Amino acid sequence: MRRAHSGSLGAALLLALLLWLVLYPLALVLVEGLRGPEGWTLAHVREFVSRPTELRALWGSLWISLASVALAALIGIPLALLLARYDLPGGRVLGGLVALPAVLPPLVGVVAFLFLYGETGFIPLLLMWLFGLEEPPWRLQGPGAILLVHAYSMYVYFYLLVRAALVSLDASQLEAAASLGAGRWRSFRTVVIPHLRPALAGAALLTFMTALGSFSAPYVFGGGFRVMPTQIVATRLNGEDQLAMVQTASLAAMALLALLLFRSDPREAVGGGGRKGAGPTRIAIRRPLARLLAGVAGWGLATLLLLPHLTLVLVSFVPVGTWTTEPLPPAYTLENYATLVLDPVRLRPLLNSLWLATVATVAAVAVALAGALLRARRATGARRAIEGLLALPWAVPGTVFAIALATVFSVREPLAGRFVLVGTLWILPIAYLVRNLPITSRAISAGVRALDPSLDEAAASLGAGRRRALLRVTLPLLRPALLAGASLAFVTAFGDFVTSIMLYTYDTRPISLEILSSLRQADVGVAAAYGVVLMLVSGAVFALGSGGQGRGGTPG
Amino acid sequence: MTPFLAVEGLTKRFDRVVAAENVTLSLTRGEMLALLGPSGSGKTTVLRLLAGFETPDAGRIQVEGEDVTTVEPVHRRFGMVFQHYALFPHLDVGRNVGFGLESLGMKGPELAERVARALALVDLTGLERRRIDQLSGGQQQRVALARALAPEPRVLLLDEPLSNLDPTLRERTRGEIRELIRRVGITTVLVTHEQDEAFDLGDRVAVLRSGKLEQVGTPDELYAAPVNPFVGGFVGRSSIVPVTVLGPTSWGTRIAVEGVEWEIERPAGHPVVLPGPALLLVRPEALRLGDDPQAIAGRVTTRRFTGPSSYFTVVTAGGATIEVVAPPAAVQPGERVGILPSRRAAGGLHLFPADAV
Repeated sequence: MRRAHSGSLGAALLLALLLWLVLYPLALVLVEGLRGPEGWTLAHVREFVSRPTELRALWGSLWISLASVALAALIGIPLALLLARYDLPGGRVLGGLVALPAVLPPLVGVVAFLFLYGETGFIPLLLMWLFGLEEPPWRLQGPGAILLVHAYSMYVYFYLLVRAALVSLDASQLEAAASLGAGRWRSFRTVVIPHLRPALAGAALLTFMTALGSFSAPYVFGGGFRVMPTQIVATRLNGEDQLAMVQTASLAAMALLALLLFRSDPREAVGGGGRKGAGPTRIAIRRPLARLLAGVAGWGLATLLLLPHLTLVLVSFVPVGTWTTEPLPPAYTLENYATLVLDPVRLRPLLNSLWLATVATVAAVAVALAGALLRARRATGARRAIEGLLALPWAVPGTVFAIALATVFSVREPLAGRFVLVGTLWILPIAYLVRNLPITSRAISAGVRALDPSLDEAAASLGAGRRRALLRVTLPLLRPALLAGASLAFVTAFGDFVTSIMLYTYDTRPISLEILSSLRQADVGVAAAYGVVLMLVSGAVFALGSGGQGRGGTPG
Repeated sequence: MTPFLAVEGLTKRFDRVVAAENVTLSLTRGEMLALLGPSGSGKTTVLRLLAGFETPDAGRIQVEGEDVTTVEPVHRRFGMVFQHYALFPHLDVGRNVGFGLESLGMKGPELAERVARALALVDLTGLERRRIDQLSGGQQQRVALARALAPEPRVLLLDEPLSNLDPTLRERTRGEIRELIRRVGITTVLVTHEQDEAFDLGDRVAVLRSGKLEQVGTPDELYAAPVNPFVGGFVGRSSIVPVTVLGPTSWGTRIAVEGVEWEIERPAGHPVVLPGPALLLVRPEALRLGDDPQAIAGRVTTRRFTGPSSYFTVVTAGGATIEVVAPPAAVQPGERVGILPSRRAAGGLHLFPADAV
């Protein structure tokens, strides 16, 4: 086609950009780990293998991730079955509420947990007060605490994917099974379970990868217990850069191995097979007692799951130092929020996070859109490479990317594509951009795939040039997908902690790091207020993004 | 007379598949040509080559003597109605219809006037502000037609224009489209896999198979003188019977079929089939049921009732399946019957060489 020329030029530029920002840093980490002052060496690898702490951290990462999958499944699947199959009182609101942790930054969850279950948290205080204890009944630390946070925040993957699969189940399949004499249990086993399999595999993989890369919970609650991401940061702080590279490579290898072993794409799971016919209607629970019990169970579980965030809101209204031993705070104030806005030092991180996330979002949307459009035009052979590179960061833990980018952009070698960006304003937006590419491009390319290609041809045959067709037809139709992609990118960047902690400078410190330093200074109320702002902005942006969905599709 | 639209040797391959091979067509101004073929025959590829969405590997497309083979669709000024209409869902009816006019730089009252005129043409006056998803399927199709016609293109292209409509609506819409195109007088190429549609809409019909043009002609010509069993079978109902050609006679050919001898007419211009094995294509109306020494013996298996007459499927003693039209009560399924050429068989019996397909 005549468009091929400019198409392949665009594809080549995009490919070069992705190779530079995605593949090159990862490759460099691998190479640097094998380099010493005098050429190639295996010294760092030997050191890594010989230290028991390293292997313990690697093992810790593995079993924590597997246990997280099991626990998340244990909460998420029953919840999805309950809410998708049964008509509970207030079921719609409930369904939205329990999906909430999906949009909240991990660090907010961790801090909220701290306020609820930590040594000076709400529940231990309540128990001490009730039973007259001298000591808090438990210490929120070690692997148990990490798993608790993981289970609590990652059940959402199982819940969302399984619920989507259940909703996409063709009701006539169940009716067919029933008319063929299958009882309720048999149709569940022979129709529902096989239908859920891709969703379950997708959720398991998603949970495993998230748990493997999880940094906030091990960092705050780990204590002496190390997993690979926290181990890497500690090694960096010790100045053992080369060893950190080997650790990073080992973590990346574990992630890629997991991906290969599961070999299932969560994107496929969400679709759940081409949907025809109507979804199954929810089963109404008729007996009043059963209905009451189910309602109590559903709402009780939701309250339990949302309690940490409610606590966070509560703490944000407590004046500094007034809440010590009482079960409920003795005084309330708006001062914490006022400080956030009025104190320029406190306001700075908020503004930083806003502009960093905005820049990263705009860039991510632009790259993802270019990638999706180029792919849709089947213009070049570079298509598969672009697709792979856009998806790759998903499989790589955030710590790995932070180290990789820190490596590339800490020396000035323009010919090797390396510049000194570490310590400048630009390293964080770049890191956010790279981390956001998979999630953004997934949302946008789904939108592009749903476009009828003949719309583009119709515009052309009506005399509209490429620019006009793009502005008048393609972009307006993609608006919901662009909004969704942008909101996901923004929410992720706005709450980022794992890459920020390795790449921030004082001038670019984002909210997450300010939360941490407020906590260290026992400035609990301000930390909570930051957390609430993070929560509110994330929630609002996410709602904005998903509100666009459904409007302006293509005609039947 | 020089053709208005001339297509010469058009060839297009996708990887290894030849979608169009050496297709040559010519249309006079205002003519309507139907491209007819089964799915995968390359008819849509030919249409997309005409529209400019695909570039041919070889061949030329000319409009009024101007070579447009490599002219981009944007500048080609060919109007297209897509199979699923491809209306812009985010624009209302008026903006859809005005889209091509705006490309020409038209705006303000002139634009509104032209949009109104195009909508009046398809009997949708006053629906400018209607949203696309508020229209019925038939209305969407008319909007698509109005949108394609509004910028006054040189050629109109229709891709399976009726396939998206309810069967009950199809026949009426077919008539409306034919009327409209006649009134506008625009040179039109349409693609269809329905023989009825092709016959009803096309001044001429071009039958395609595997990217090759098999035959072009008026519906009457195609029916009366198919060039091979494929065209004969695709155009109208027919059965194929293996026969042996015995030799020419004074007004036709003598053949042996399942132990009896028939003498059949040879249409003018048809090639002589040499003595030996051959294929006989028979139309149901060219045969009759009867008890006669000259009849082939067989047994009726099914009857398809169509009102005034019925189609009887007969399996002969030799194993051939032949369809015969006769009065509904002529015989019952299961009965033994004889088949022989009806007295007015001319044009309904066609001989082809045994290797013809």
